[in-house]
Amino acid sequence: MEIKVSALDMKESGPVFPEEAAPLLRIEPPKGSVSLGLREVWEYRELLYFLIWRDIKVRYKQTVLGAAWAIIQPLFNMLIFTLFFGRLAKMPSDDIPYPIFSFSALVVWTFFSNALTHSSNSLVGSANLIKKVYFPRLAVPVAAVLSGVVDFALAFVVLLGMMSYFRIAPTWNSVWLPLLLLLALVTALGVGLWLSAINVQYRDVHHTLPFVTQFWMFATPIVYPSSLLPEPWRTIYGINPMAGVVEGFRWALLGTDTAPGPIIIVSAVAAVALLVSGAFYFRRMENSFADVV
Amino acid sequence: MSHLAIRVEGLSKRFCIGERQPAYRTLRDSLTDALATPFRRAWKLFNRRSSDAEGSKETIWALKDVSFQVKHGEILGVIGRNGAGKSTLLKILSRITPPTGGFAEIRGRVGSLLEVGTGFHPELSGRENIYLNSAILGMKRAEIGRKFDEIIAFAEVEKFIDTPVKHYSSGMYLRLAFSVAAHLEPEILIVDEVLAVGDASFQKKCLNKMEDVRKHGRTVLFVSHNLPAVTRLCGRAVLLEEGTVLQDGPSHQVVGNYLSSGLATTAAREWPDPSRAPGNHIVRMRAIRVHTEDGETTDVVDIRKPVAIEMEYEVLQPGHVLVPCMGFENEEGILAFVVSDRDPEWRRRPRPKGTFRSTAWIPGNFLAEGRLIVGAGVLTEDPFIIHFDENPAVSFLVVDSLDADSARGDYAGRLPGVVRPLLQWTTAFRTY
Repeated sequence: MEIKVSALDMKESGPVFPEEAAPLLRIEPPKGSVSLGLREVWEYRELLYFLIWRDIKVRYKQTVLGAAWAIIQPLFNMLIFTLFFGRLAKMPSDDIPYPIFSFSALVVWTFFSNALTHSSNSLVGSANLIKKVYFPRLAVPVAAVLSGVVDFALAFVVLLGMMSYFRIAPTWNSVWLPLLLLLALVTALGVGLWLSAINVQYRDVHHTLPFVTQFWMFATPIVYPSSLLPEPWRTIYGINPMAGVVEGFRWALLGTDTAPGPIIIVSAVAAVALLVSGAFYFRRMENSFADVV
Repeated sequence: MSHLAIRVEGLSKRFCIGERQPAYRTLRDSLTDALATPFRRAWKLFNRRSSDAEGSKETIWALKDVSFQVKHGEILGVIGRNGAGKSTLLKILSRITPPTGGFAEIRGRVGSLLEVGTGFHPELSGRENIYLNSAILGMKRAEIGRKFDEIIAFAEVEKFIDTPVKHYSSGMYLRLAFSVAAHLEPEILIVDEVLAVGDASFQKKCLNKMEDVRKHGRTVLFVSHNLPAVTRLCGRAVLLEEGTVLQDGPSHQVVGNYLSSGLATTAAREWPDPSRAPGNHIVRMRAIRVHTEDGETTDVVDIRKPVAIEMEYEVLQPGHVLVPCMGFENEEGILAFVVSDRDPEWRRRPRPKGTFRSTAWIPGNFLAEGRLIVGAGVLTEDPFIIHFDENPAVSFLVVDSLDADSARGDYAGRLPGVVRPLLQWTTAFRTY
């Protein structure tokens, strides 16, 4: 839907009524060209804020353990991985205790996989809203991704606690952590935009998702270090943006000496490509959401 | 042009049927399709004629070339049957779905209420839902804060404001939801059927709120099945039928026309061809109509005003005592009453050949609001013979006013009963 908002030229229209200062909204059939409409998303930032706030408020309602679930998920994965990959398979871990090695990756991975799952299902979950109210639809998957940051923060505190137990101090490179988190966020949103829009038409996405995230996890250096790969391949590995994020996290926080510069650059490019393409695809499909969902 | 709030020009919307009904496709659907297709093809072999409609690109025009304009400060009612395109029109004007053709121009801040309580979350408290719902409806946070107490007071849920709304009764839930919506203050309000909620006292509040909106000079587009509400609130109405505008005019006329077209009876009927008119060799119907005190034929009658049913009939054979009679049925099929002509001049007096016109006057403040279907006939009482009995003959709509001088007083909800007389009441009072 192409929406043009223009202030009316008052000189043109004779007597001036207060209403005439109101903007003119023109509703027309969708045209070929698609703009991202980011300005409108900004105008609706309060709605975005409330959607995030709702997601956070509601997530652990009527659970016994409440917000502890945000920690339990990565913690149990860490225990299992430590047992099977660390103890039994003797997986190398860049000279870092295996629990810390895997948990530092799992904290950011859990954020990513939850963000991906929530955003992919977000439009379908908000079907009622989409059919009854107008607002920039981008707000829905964006809110789903952003609301996971709180869970990440909780798990991150646990990670810091574990590091002090293992007597590992965070390095000065930790200042890069927010940017690495942003990279994970961009990746999750990019894929989430694609999948949420496709999910509106084909609910198969919903059923494929658990399988995809599991596959993606093993394609990311979580239980193993990327240093297992020889060099040209290791950088190419960055095409999976989460590889760059996870390696970057370990480097920034734990000081692994595997300088991850090239891999992160490749990851960043891949993530931005995902986000931009996802956003355009989303906008193109947006018009049909209310009719199809 | 400068006074217009909404301008709709040639607006059209096409749905692919595959897009509309099976809302989504899954692999299983595709597999079921694959299994079902051979059978469907076999069916088509037997049913050749239906094969045209089988094309996978079958489409429906939910709206076709709809044009109308709404002035600032006007309340426009949109009526029509289910599937006539009312909801699609509102969805396009609310920007929820784009049109396929044409355009609409809207000048002013739009608030649209296609449903009350959109986005309410059962786990959140009343307070939290007010904030969430207001944001969804497009209010700014500062605005919500300012109106917060007013919203709670209007909804009458002060005590439970921090309880999750899943523990609310459905009435409380709806009151809260409508209250938030009612405090939206856009220049142009688009409303769909929200008056169909809540108990009677709350409905009255809602109607009053709509009146307020009108008094503040805001523009309202009001879609409803509640025809009495449309005639009460809207000055003008648009009748949609199969996606096109069938009529655009004063709401009383449009509502009346809509009702009569639905039943195929109108406020006036004539039988120009005597051979097809109801009757026998003694007496035959010629015409019947509903009219006001001024003699104007009308479909819609103010509850406070008298209304006349006038029937014209021809006596073909002289020498019979004839009694015209009528029956009045409401929409639920309840017979309100029957009457027969007691005009002393023709009492027990055989009638000569000629054309007669008999009129029955129904006083004002007598019938309840709603549609009445009139059956009319002529009979002889002794010996008892029914010469003809045409039912339904005509119909008309009684509308109640909100001026509080009819029997409904200040009550704006649904009133039961087939008659609604304005009685004289006396009160005795003794203090202790």
